[in-house]
Formats: sequence, C-alpha cells, structure tokens
Amino acid sequence: MNSALSITKNIHDWLFSIMPEAAANIAEMVLIALVYLGIFAIAGLFLVLLERRVAAWFQLRIGPNRVGLQGLLQTMADAIKLLSKELTGTTKADKFLYNLAPYFVIITSLMALSVFPFTKEFQAFDINIGLFFLIAVSSIGVIGILLGGWSSNNKFAMIGAMRSGVQTISYELSIGLSLLTMVLITGSLQLSEIVEVQKSGWLIVQGHIPAIIAFMIYMIAGTAETNRAPFDMVEAESELGAGFHTEYSGMKFAYFFLAEFINMFIIAAIATTVFFGAWLSPFGITESIPLLGVFWFLLKALILVFLMMWFRWTFPRLRIDQLLTLEWKYLLPLNLANIVIMALLVWLNLTISF
Amino acid sequence: MSYFSDIYRGIKTLLTGMSVTGKYFVTSRKGAITQQYPDNRETLKMFDRFRGEVIMPHNENNEHRCTGCQKCEIACPNGTIEIIWDRGIDENTGKKKKKIDQFVYHLSMCTMCGLCIDVCPTDAIKWGQNFENSVYDRTALTRVLNEPDSKLQAGVED
Repeated sequence: MNSALSITKNIHDWLFSIMPEAAANIAEMVLIALVYLGIFAIAGLFLVLLERRVAAWFQLRIGPNRVGLQGLLQTMADAIKLLSKELTGTTKADKFLYNLAPYFVIITSLMALSVFPFTKEFQAFDINIGLFFLIAVSSIGVIGILLGGWSSNNKFAMIGAMRSGVQTISYELSIGLSLLTMVLITGSLQLSEIVEVQKSGWLIVQGHIPAIIAFMIYMIAGTAETNRAPFDMVEAESELGAGFHTEYSGMKFAYFFLAEFINMFIIAAIATTVFFGAWLSPFGITESIPLLGVFWFLLKALILVFLMMWFRWTFPRLRIDQLLTLEWKYLLPLNLANIVIMALLVWLNLTISF
Repeated sequence: MSYFSDIYRGIKTLLTGMSVTGKYFVTSRKGAITQQYPDNRETLKMFDRFRGEVIMPHNENNEHRCTGCQKCEIACPNGTIEIIWDRGIDENTGKKKKKIDQFVYHLSMCTMCGLCIDVCPTDAIKWGQNFENSVYDRTALTRVLNEPDSKLQAGVED
C-alpha cells in the first residue's frame, strides 16, 4: 500500500468514525466530487494554455509566455478576468433556458470524467456499462449547445446550434461503432475490465489492422464531436460570429469554453482507455509502482490531445455538406465493414496477444 | 472505384499535411518570427519594405539629394509634405537657381502610401525604419527633414 492511497483510506476511516454511516457516505461523495471539480477546472485551464502554445509553435509564433513561468498562469488570469465581467444577455432571450445552457454543457463533461480509470484504485465510479455511459453522457452536452443557441434569440447562434445538432447526431454513430469494434475483443463494457484485458497487449496491438482503422475513425469522429476545427461548423468564426455562444459573456462563456477543452480531454481519455491500455505502462515496466498509472494515463491522453491539436492546426475547415458526406458516405460504411472484419478476427482467434 | 481511391487520397493528403505542420512544430523554437518588442529594442531590425516614416538621408558633408522640384508635394494625396523653397545664386554658374529652404513633413497626416517616394526623381526621400512615433504634443510630429545648413549634393541634377 503506498502513501497516497493510504491517505484516502485514512480519510475514509476518519469520516466513518465521526459520523453515522449514511452521513459519512454522503460526505465522502461530496469530497470526491469537489476533488474532481477542482482538478478538472484547473486541467481545463491548462489545456487552453497548451492549445495556445501548441498553436503558436505550429504557426512559428511564441505564444503566451509572460504571465508566470513560460505563461503558465496566463489562463488563470484570463479566467479571473472573465469572472469579473458583466453577464450580458439579449432582451428577448428565453431567460431560463439561456441561463441553464452552460450548466448542461459543463455538468455533462464533468460527469463523463468520473468513470475513467486513472489507476487501478483511482476511479470514482466503476459502472458495469462504463463505455455506454460515457457515450451517452458525452452526447447530452449537445443539448446545452442547442439550448444556448436557441434561447439567445440570435440568428447566428441559432444556425450554429442547429449545425451542432446535425454534426453531433451524425458523428455519434461513428464514435459508438468504432468503440463497439473494440468491445468485440474485450467482451465487456466495464472500463476496469477493458483495462484488465489489455494486460496481454494493448487493444490497438491485439486488434491490429481493424483496431487501427477503428482508432482513426474514432479520432476523426471525436474531433467532430468536440466541435473543434476542422469540424468547427458550430463556432465558425468567419461565418457566425462566435456561433452558439455569441450572446454569452463572462463566466457563462467561460463554462462553454472550459467544457470544450474538457471534452477534448475526455475524447482523448476514452481513446487512451480503449485503445492504449489506460494506466498500464508500456511492456509493464513500472508495474510495481501502481501510482505511476496516473502518469502513464495522463501521458497517453496528452499525446492524443496533441494529435487532435496537430490536425486542428493543419487542415482547413470543412463545409457542412462535406462534413456530412465524410460521415455518411465514408466513415459509417467503413465502420460497419470494420466491425465485420473484427468479428471475424475474434471468431478465428487471429488477435495478437502476449 | 473512385470511392476507394478517394479514401486513399484522403489519408495520403492527411499525412502529407500533418508532416508539413509537424516539421514547422519541431523547428518553431529556432525560427519563431515573433518579435518580443520592448525586450529586444536594441537588436530589433525592421524589414526592408517596412514603412515607418519618410526620411531624407544626408551624406557626411551634410548634403542631401533634394532639388526642390515639388513633385512629392503634388503627389501627396493629403498635404503631408510642404516644401518651402527659395532662389539662390549657384556658385558654379552664377545663375539664380531654385533650392529648398525647409522640407516640412507632417507625420500626423501621413498615411504611409508611399507615393512621394515613388515619384521622387532623385531618390532624395526614403522609408525610415523608426516606428516609435508617439509624442505628448502633436506639434512634435511636424518635422523639417533637411538638416540646417545642408545643401544639394553635387551632380544630382545632371
């Protein structure tokens, strides 16, 4: 038992010693929720910074490097500035939905975070339909975007929100099917069990060719799902102002902005869990130190986040019809064929495992 | 069959594009074009075609190349340049000859269109590199470009 985990155990014992069991349970849940909220608010901010630095390097610029060491506090300062800003709104907006929309977006992205296995023990909620839960929850976020666009009584916001609806509904299919391809190997939706299967080789190695195809489809669809360039029809600065969050300001805008980046992390984290063995170290080199799992998990997730940033800053934006062509004419048929190939591989025992 | 070749070309162009940006990413630290301006004030060198302000270069004998033909004054769309000229006796020929007294340049009115520099037949005025033009009093923006006691460089008019 290493120190960090015994700390959580000590807190657990202490809570149960000072209050009745039901109250202790609730207190523990609240504590865990607060820890997750804190960690990921900060993680979201630093992902924004990472995006800005990486974008700058791709464009031969330097990027924010003034606030704090190498600009590390830049996004903190931005968030504090946004906190102090006035919350504006349009006069004929549907006030209730207008105020509700940012919370839909941020809560769904925070809910999805709870099921990731950062290490064997560091997993808030090991639900037996894990992967299904992730897909379901991460697609609720689009309701927030639709509500925000509809209720702000602005035609550009409306167009942006509707595009987001089209895009998310289309690309949900590809995400679901490409993950289903991998579930054929694991035979379980539970994330801890998916990791357990990968102890004999990461799934991208076990499933070789169809797994790589599924991974590519997943990354393309995942980028579309988070509404990032080259699929940013929702925000489309050159056409729609800021898209669905045109009318938002201050902290409500910051919620949308943070949620976008946390969603990017979620997409990368799902890929890490399903394709790259979550907290497992490559070739089991640090299996004796369980706490390093967090490091491996974050390293893999960040590499995938970097990959998403890489093609964001490489490709021009797609038109809406090209976007739908890509999904319905190319990704979806390929995906269906890929599932059949994977099923054959599993049936004939052609998967590679050590 | 164009369906499959489309997929192939899609993946190929994807990788081509990403290798290009990847190369830029790796080499960006050395080749960053950002100028961290107030820090590098001493070493900052602006670019050849940078339009900071109109200057009149003088050589070491305090001689300029302006003949006072006023073509720049006519070319200027918003009256930035005013040439105050005079007639003086030329030492060599002994005849009366036009020469500039003051070449007045109102930087506050200049739009950096460059027509005066294009039109100058003797290359007397050029683009300067200085861009730190903020002053507290706007009269400081009205400048006399020719140095005191300067005169026309010999041989410019030939």
